[in-house]
Amino acid sequence: MAKRIDVSDLDIYYGNFLAVQGVNISIEPRSITALIGPSGCGKSTFLRSLNRMHEVIPGARVEGKVVIDGQDLYGADVDPVDVRRQIGMVFQRPNPFPTMSIYDNVAAGLRLNAKKVKKAELDDLVERSLKGANLWTEVKDRLNRPGSGLSGGQQQRLCIARAIAVEPEVLLMDEPCSALDPISTLAIEDLMTELKERFTIVIVTHNMQQAARVSESTGFFNLAGVGQPGRLVEFNPTEKIFSNPDEKATEDYISGRFG
Amino acid sequence: MTTTSAPPEPPRPKRRVGDRIFAGSATGAGILILVVLAGVAAFLVSEAWPAVTAPAGDIPGGDGLTAYIAPLIFGTLLAAVIALVVATPLAVAIALYITYYAPRRLAAGMGYVIDLLAAIPSVVYGFWGIAALAPAMVPFYVWAEEHLSFIPLFAGPASATGRTMLTAGLMLGVMILPIISAISREVFSQAPALHREAALALGATRWEMIKMAVLPYGKSGVIGGAMLGLGRALGETLAIAIVLSASGGITFNLISNSNPSTIAANIALKFPESTGLDVNTLIASGLALFVITLAVNMLARWVVNRRADFSGAN
Repeated sequence: MAKRIDVSDLDIYYGNFLAVQGVNISIEPRSITALIGPSGCGKSTFLRSLNRMHEVIPGARVEGKVVIDGQDLYGADVDPVDVRRQIGMVFQRPNPFPTMSIYDNVAAGLRLNAKKVKKAELDDLVERSLKGANLWTEVKDRLNRPGSGLSGGQQQRLCIARAIAVEPEVLLMDEPCSALDPISTLAIEDLMTELKERFTIVIVTHNMQQAARVSESTGFFNLAGVGQPGRLVEFNPTEKIFSNPDEKATEDYISGRFG
Repeated sequence: MTTTSAPPEPPRPKRRVGDRIFAGSATGAGILILVVLAGVAAFLVSEAWPAVTAPAGDIPGGDGLTAYIAPLIFGTLLAAVIALVVATPLAVAIALYITYYAPRRLAAGMGYVIDLLAAIPSVVYGFWGIAALAPAMVPFYVWAEEHLSFIPLFAGPASATGRTMLTAGLMLGVMILPIISAISREVFSQAPALHREAALALGATRWEMIKMAVLPYGKSGVIGGAMLGLGRALGETLAIAIVLSASGGITFNLISNSNPSTIAANIALKFPESTGLDVNTLIASGLALFVITLAVNMLARWVVNRRADFSGAN
């Protein structure tokens, strides 16, 4: 289920523009890895390169390797669609499909993966996923209502339910709490801690307390300078990053002296 | 001692001259539209009235107004429906291709070319219909009569000139294609990136992404576009008058030489040689077209506006 991700010498380009340069990182299975850094330093770009979602933008490409349990994501015969079925993603703004019910939202991924599923099986899976996302008790009486009628925090948990319903190996989260209030944020953080028993989680966050609270390891991204590509400056256990980082730049960022 | 004075007048909001002029002219323009519309309706009703009250024998054809107008309404709707059935799927496919499949530079050029279709005058379409499309359809009509004549639509006898209801409908279809595809393109390109990415991140292929995030979002826009196209098809005059070989009568046979005419084409063809009650009869048929077109356009507006209710951003 949960898998280890090894990234070596990864350069990410948009057309001729080098956005992120020379990332080497090993992400442990069944743990939460946080990526922090100032805006525009390429952490979201890097996150999206882990399930090839950055390719949605025309001209985006990578050089280097991303290997998940021995399989190169960017191998010549690898279909990005298959990659995304194995690696789920949760976005900054909650994005349940507005024309689908809560039930259909959760079932959407499964209906893509396996066309023929028995109703009972699907019911079971929807319930399990919603329970997994701590949303079941709140929505079990209105599964046929549109997902867009929920609160922001509930919608985000619905998106998490939708992502985990297809049993991915890795869950990528791109600032999942930045549009939420503190109580909803807490609910999502608790959920992440539960989910890491089953999934490898990588989260991009601007909230350093959040990174400190939930993650085992933290990577700090920064720009080498104006107009320069983003780099992974430091990658270490979260405790070390927040108490005794190796790099001066990391310490400056964390203590609020810049960025 | 206390005196209670009247509370001071709330300060009157200052109204600038420019604001007043603009508000006045905008209101005037709005009212003008309503007045024109009401004027047209009043004209049609008053001029059509003699035909409505006339004895049945005096109406052209001799069987009364309803018998005169019914085949025309039928012909109008039939041609428009053929056009819609042909054009809508094609327009949606074109819009999807341009918005999500074509390379970006090709897409811009293609959109432009499709829009150009709307700029061709209808008389040119008429010439194209009678000189190119009709002869080209003849072999199909002959074949359809031979092999498909068990379907009432293709009962035959096949037209030798190709000036049939099907030819007219197809030509109308080409004419309304740009309207429907332009509106579809617009709504498809507005499908939120948020939801498109949600579908892709679940492992949807491009087509699955379109099914999950684009089509549901654009559905009512497409319906609205189709209705606007229908409005155009209902009112089309010249091209139909040139192409369609009309002899009256209600028939679903699409490939023969005897077809019901359409209201607009019938008026254009008959008006110059009509006098007296004949003119009133034609105007009565025009009133019927006015009502149908108005209803279709209002329905289209209503459907398009409903889109605002589910923005998906809430």
